[in-house]
Amino acid sequence: MQYGLKPLGREKLWLWVMLTPTLIGLAFGTIGSLLATLVLSFYEWDLIRPPQWAGFSNYAALFQNETYIKAFSNTITFAVLYVPGVVILSLFVAVLLNRKIGGLGIFRTIYFLPTVTSAVATALVWNMIYGKDTGILNYFLESFGMSPVCWLCSNNAMMSVVIVNIWGAIGEGMIIFLAGLTAIPRDYYEAASMDGANDAQQFFKITLPLITPSIFFQTLISAINAFQAYDYIYMLTRRGQGDSTVPVAVYSIYRNAFNFFRMGTASAQAIQLALLVAVFMGIMFWWERNYVVYE
Amino acid sequence: MSSSTQKIILDILSYAILIFGAITMLFPFLWMLSVSFRIPAQQYSRSIIPDPITIQNYIDLWKNLPDHSFPYLVFNSFKISTLTAAGQLITCAMAAFAFAIVNFKGRNLLFSLLLATMMIPSQVSLIPNFIIFKYLHLIGTQWPLILPAFWGGAFGTFLLRQYFLTIPRDLVDAARIDGASLFGIFWKIYLPLSKPALAALTIFVFKDAWNDLLHPLIYLPTDMHQTTLTVGLAFFQQQLQMGGKFTVLMAGAFLSILPLLFIFFIAQKQFIEGIALSGVKR
Repeated sequence: MQYGLKPLGREKLWLWVMLTPTLIGLAFGTIGSLLATLVLSFYEWDLIRPPQWAGFSNYAALFQNETYIKAFSNTITFAVLYVPGVVILSLFVAVLLNRKIGGLGIFRTIYFLPTVTSAVATALVWNMIYGKDTGILNYFLESFGMSPVCWLCSNNAMMSVVIVNIWGAIGEGMIIFLAGLTAIPRDYYEAASMDGANDAQQFFKITLPLITPSIFFQTLISAINAFQAYDYIYMLTRRGQGDSTVPVAVYSIYRNAFNFFRMGTASAQAIQLALLVAVFMGIMFWWERNYVVYE
Repeated sequence: MSSSTQKIILDILSYAILIFGAITMLFPFLWMLSVSFRIPAQQYSRSIIPDPITIQNYIDLWKNLPDHSFPYLVFNSFKISTLTAAGQLITCAMAAFAFAIVNFKGRNLLFSLLLATMMIPSQVSLIPNFIIFKYLHLIGTQWPLILPAFWGGAFGTFLLRQYFLTIPRDLVDAARIDGASLFGIFWKIYLPLSKPALAALTIFVFKDAWNDLLHPLIYLPTDMHQTTLTVGLAFFQQQLQMGGKFTVLMAGAFLSILPLLFIFFIAQKQFIEGIALSGVKR
């Protein structure tokens, strides 16, 4: 029997009062919405005329819609570049900060700043930094004798957007990893160095295996964020008429639902995004079962 | 090479990398600040120290935008973020208490279900929620941004439950013997003892609401008296694309991040501990 307070008499009512908002949220906000979106994806509906049964046609149309295929593959490319970038760089920063050198507090604050501030505000300044003729980044490149780059043109925009997104996410990953690193007992390292293990050996034989729970958690969070990334991409790559140089899946869902009022198409795309997340989760939890070490 | 020289070399290398990284992290903020104090003719200047330094951009922003929209944008963002934080704080704390402390049938199942919803991308609920609010005739008002905060949330509930579980059970048993009610234990023991976690959640929720772009874009009209700072800034940027005063835009960007910078500097500890807490194995 699990430990817990037994509600007495009228307290049962209190218990349900406390749980009601959450139950409403589950019914309307999350689980109910998932079911509703699933149902909508089989209809054609513009919110004006009554919904029309469409069978699988919304899904079938997705595979012929070049704009959507582009958006979906952009989402995957983005995740493939972004997730390892965030995980590796924030682990790297955390390991350096965990070396017990001075100034931890200052570095932590600075690295964390982009996590606190709005993507819209910082994207505005990134837009200026990335400017082709007027931007400060190309000025730096030119002063080192390199040729200027059109950072936000279609062939480079993906990379530029990934860089800004990683810049914005390192701080949070760093905190997760620092929490994991400080939990590793110091005497493991002392014992290892007495046996003559060097820093690299200690990192790969002690730190890395013991930090796998944090790596797992951070990869999961980063991937969920990657599949839903929107703000920086919108601010850095939008063109006229709501178009974008790097359209991603969320972009496509947004435009279909709220610009074109194709609720069925947008729902089918949302379901496909949810499936992508679910497949990824499946892989991650398989990985957790086999490779993540919990003490 | 002795191990102490090796340590010194590694320390220097670590510092060099960390300082380079810190400059990269900080530079966009410094640049934003620098541009915001320049005269418009020098908006593309390559010097980080503005010459001359002017505060005219801030005055223009506050007083001279069409319809005096900037103060409205700030007010709307404050209002929506504060109400959102209040809603999440109340509903998540109640649910977290029930899940952490009270023994009831179906507790584990319900909690697992709630946790599982963290994996559902929020885009999935976007469309049904839009339709519900449309039938309630609330599109174009701020309600669709505020009301959902009052139906709980997986992240907040999980975070507070983690913290509640660290509070010693003896306190509950002792209070029970003294005849305290369920709600009394929640109100008089758990809430006062959980201030750090409650502060962390407040900051997270306020921050997310303040920085949100997608939902205000969907629900609010493009009326600069009704919408939020993020949408307002995005809209100003679009208007400036053809050439205009980016100095004023940077002043707006800087003012929009100022409240969060302020909160972050006074509550940094809660913020960072909150994130670390959310990463703890359950």
